[in-house]
Amino acid sequence: MLRSRNVWLGLVALLALYLLPFWVSGYVLGLLTVAYYYSVAAMAWDLLFGFAGEVNFGPSFLVGLGAYTAAMLDHYEGTPIWLCLIAGAAMAVLGGAILAVPALRLRGPYFGLVTLVAVLLLQNLLVLFSGITGGEIGLDIPDVLSVDDRTNYFYALVFMTISGGLLLGLSRSTAGLILQASGQDATEAAALGFNVAKHKLAAFCISALFSGLAGGMLIFYLGTASVGTVVDISVGVQFIIAAVLGGRRTIVGAAIGSIFLIVAGEILRPLGELSTFVVSGIALIVILFFPGGFLGALRQRGG
Amino acid sequence: MLALQILITGFAISALYGRGAVGFTLIFGVSGVLNLSHGAIMVVAAVAAWASASFLGFGRYGGAAAGVLAGFLLSYATYFLVVRPIQNSRAIPRDEKEIFVLTGTLLWGIMIQEAVSYLFSNTPKTVLPLLPGVVGIFGVRTPANEIVTFAISWLVIGLLWLLVNRTRRGKTLIAAAMNPRGLTLLGFEMANIHRTVWAIYGVLAGIAGVLLGAFLGVSSDNVGTLTASAFSIVVLGGLGSVSGSLIAAYVVGYLETVTAYLVAPSVRSVPVLLLLVLVVYLRPQGLLGRR
Repeated sequence: MLRSRNVWLGLVALLALYLLPFWVSGYVLGLLTVAYYYSVAAMAWDLLFGFAGEVNFGPSFLVGLGAYTAAMLDHYEGTPIWLCLIAGAAMAVLGGAILAVPALRLRGPYFGLVTLVAVLLLQNLLVLFSGITGGEIGLDIPDVLSVDDRTNYFYALVFMTISGGLLLGLSRSTAGLILQASGQDATEAAALGFNVAKHKLAAFCISALFSGLAGGMLIFYLGTASVGTVVDISVGVQFIIAAVLGGRRTIVGAAIGSIFLIVAGEILRPLGELSTFVVSGIALIVILFFPGGFLGALRQRGG
Repeated sequence: MLALQILITGFAISALYGRGAVGFTLIFGVSGVLNLSHGAIMVVAAVAAWASASFLGFGRYGGAAAGVLAGFLLSYATYFLVVRPIQNSRAIPRDEKEIFVLTGTLLWGIMIQEAVSYLFSNTPKTVLPLLPGVVGIFGVRTPANEIVTFAISWLVIGLLWLLVNRTRRGKTLIAAAMNPRGLTLLGFEMANIHRTVWAIYGVLAGIAGVLLGAFLGVSSDNVGTLTASAFSIVVLGGLGSVSGSLIAAYVVGYLETVTAYLVAPSVRSVPVLLLLVLVVYLRPQGLLGRR
């Protein structure tokens, strides 16, 4: 358990984020807006990996489903934004349920491959039907959440706060404990009388719900949906690195990791092409020497 | 005519895929590591062959040798800098080592990819073919290099078979794949065996990279695709099964070639992905895998 000092630290940091728009420029706010949407997807991934013990290599499959469903509804039907978001989330939940079926039967690398293939298939289909989906160029979206930097920033921050709070609460609840038990030893958890399949299915659907919503919100902020921003494997890899970097099995760590990745990428921008090299190097060093991630290191020092 | 064309192209591509995947499956079988920097090692081998032939004047054979050496060295670096520290770490719980090795090698691969693209840009590099010229096979004009690719692939696999099945050192590899604890009890050092298998893997990946560079050309952007294709072939054939991987390589190679010729080149990977999903659902251990 995190000590209460750290909880206070977290609340102060969150408050600082809410007050940030009074100090910094619109450019920084835009950067953080994207980081917040990414962090929701990373937290949703952590629920699956850290608690349910399922290595999902394709978080961008769920994010992409939500994003493209919302984008296509808005582009072709002119559906109101909130309805697009709900439809996108519903589609992502459906995708999550489809992924859950093999997860209940397969283990480790096999399940990892299915999720990887899911991303590749989605990507191939989007490119194949480029007449409808916009292909690699992307699909422009007529509606946007807002044109104002600050409003967008607050939308993203509130979305992250609520999603993070719900996911954190869930992971600390009885259901979260049962999930953790089924992730570590499914047979024993089942022997204790818990319905492993039901809990894992629920975890997939919840993770998919938040991923899909994050994808939908992100494209309504960016004003365009493209394979490179919401579906590509490198996008999914970024969620995974963020969650492991921040500290797996903590939910909050995933958000910290996402913000760190985007801010670090920006600070290192003068290095040009080498910035990705340096960021990956830092992440590798953290994984090798501080496997608990940022929060794990913090916890160790505290106790 | 078209059938013959498909037959020949498919043959060469499948041979390439096969050799790329054999090393990958060997590492998994013996040390339980899925090396996601596989594609990056292949690309470095090809780029090293290209650079040493065109800048340093090593010629086509010297360049190829330099490429294989680069693959070998990088494979050792991967093992000693990334994989072994994770395996020996006390801070990482045992049941989470797998995901840490996956994430670690993935990051390592991204670093290599970025370094290559920074030093040599991401334009495709074509390695000088080992044997220039064109040969007609029943009227189909085939580059001589395709035949060389095919021959070397099978030569290497034959040597590997001899090494594993006929030498004492090779037999310990099989034993390590079957029962590592039993082997340790017999007094064999696991670290020693892991070093051997990473050395073999490095040479295999190096040769695969150089031949791929000569056959299709390689750019740093290919890293992800190469890793993904090796991963899918290996799972299709059964993780850890060398002969399964070879069969799977031919299935994938021909499926892609047939789709590319008869349907459209842009959809070449779709049937493979569908087949993969089907196999993983119905027969998760792959064609020849053991559970």
